Amino acid sequence: MSEAGTLVPEPYVVVGRRQEAEDVVTLLLEPAQGEQPGFRPGQFNMVTSFGQGEVAVSMSGAASVAGPLEHSIRRVGAVSAALCAAPVGAVVGIRGPFGTSWGVDEVEDGSDVVVMAGGIGLAPLRGAVIDLVARLEAGRGRVFVLAGARSPDQILFREDLEAWVQAGAHVAVSVDVGAPGWTGAVGVVTDLLGATPFDAAGARALLCGPEVMMRFGGRALVDQGVDPARIMVSLERNMQCGVGLCGHCQLGPLLVCRDGPVVRYGGLADALFMERNR
Amino acid sequence: MSERTRALLAEHALVAGSSDEAVELVAEAGEPTSFGAGTLLLGQGSPADVAYLVTKGRVALEVHAPGRGPLVGDTMGAGHVVGLSRAAPPFRYQFDARVLDDVEAVVVDASRLRVALAGNLVLGLHLLDRLAGVVLGRLQATRIRLLDFYGPGGE
Repeated sequence: MSEAGTLVPEPYVVVGRRQEAEDVVTLLLEPAQGEQPGFRPGQFNMVTSFGQGEVAVSMSGAASVAGPLEHSIRRVGAVSAALCAAPVGAVVGIRGPFGTSWGVDEVEDGSDVVVMAGGIGLAPLRGAVIDLVARLEAGRGRVFVLAGARSPDQILFREDLEAWVQAGAHVAVSVDVGAPGWTGAVGVVTDLLGATPFDAAGARALLCGPEVMMRFGGRALVDQGVDPARIMVSLERNMQCGVGLCGHCQLGPLLVCRDGPVVRYGGLADALFMERNR
Repeated sequence: MSERTRALLAEHALVAGSSDEAVELVAEAGEPTSFGAGTLLLGQGSPADVAYLVTKGRVALEVHAPGRGPLVGDTMGAGHVVGLSRAAPPFRYQFDARVLDDVEAVVVDASRLRVALAGNLVLGLHLLDRLAGVVLGRLQATRIRLLDFYGPGGE
């Protein structure tokens, strides 16, 4: 991507779409011209629905897997509703990639990795989990995926979850509210930690979801012996410029678009989570 | 009391890390038992006479709603206590408890344990503290769920 591309949206064509849940759609995107820039799992793009506006959306695909750019979008407002409704052949704008990544490349061989996701938070983690499952298959370390959802019909990426189990990953899903036919866990996602046989010594943890979930999840992981500095969380703020100029996403000392969205829990996010006036 | 009971209890959150004396006290009132999927451990409204210290598998706490079938309010796994209704009057179960995956649990005769604890107030207070921790954990988990934080946010 050119330097100007960080501030000017590049046209991307919708080449496919998947309905992940009633209000969540994954758009498969290819550049209208030129090459698709690389990215690292955890980073985000600013995605434009022309005539509506622009929102920050993390990549939900794996950078290591060739194919269209994937963005999973939850319908919560006018812009995201327009993006969720974009048909195959529509053109959207993309600026990015921006921000920090999960740092999957830095995970030491043999270390367990716990991935805790809540709701749409599984989308920014999906690419990292795909890479971690590949690492697992290469015998380089275990991965434990704990996913929480509001109800069974809100569980995202079901096929991926099953594929990760087949590949040997420990996958557990919990819902807040059960439904007829649901035989899985009912309760908060942090409850799943107690039955997760990971080795806390040297473990890394990646958390993404509502901030309340990350706050409780971070504490629960620390209580189980995980080093707070080895826990990463993804912050969500009002990203606008994406390059640390406008200040809309400032959170304490951070410009989340530039210094985040993925930051350390210990010594940073844990303190930010406790601030009342923001 | 079997060695197995003692070993299972030593790993259970309610007792883990307690003195040998405390483990013995609970073990004397407990019996390791296995239950197959679908087994009804507790019936809503029936006298609460036992508690299950789950060491493996999962149990659903459910209520039956006419026309809707069983509604699962919570699931319990290893380290959880099923049958908390025994902790306070009127000693009556409030939910059905049904085995989801094959369960292994130490089934505790709660009346017997209560009598034993009344005769040893130091251990009784210790185990009451532990039980309060278990109940607090359930209360906090329930409160978090009530926040409905997976609900729609903003753009």
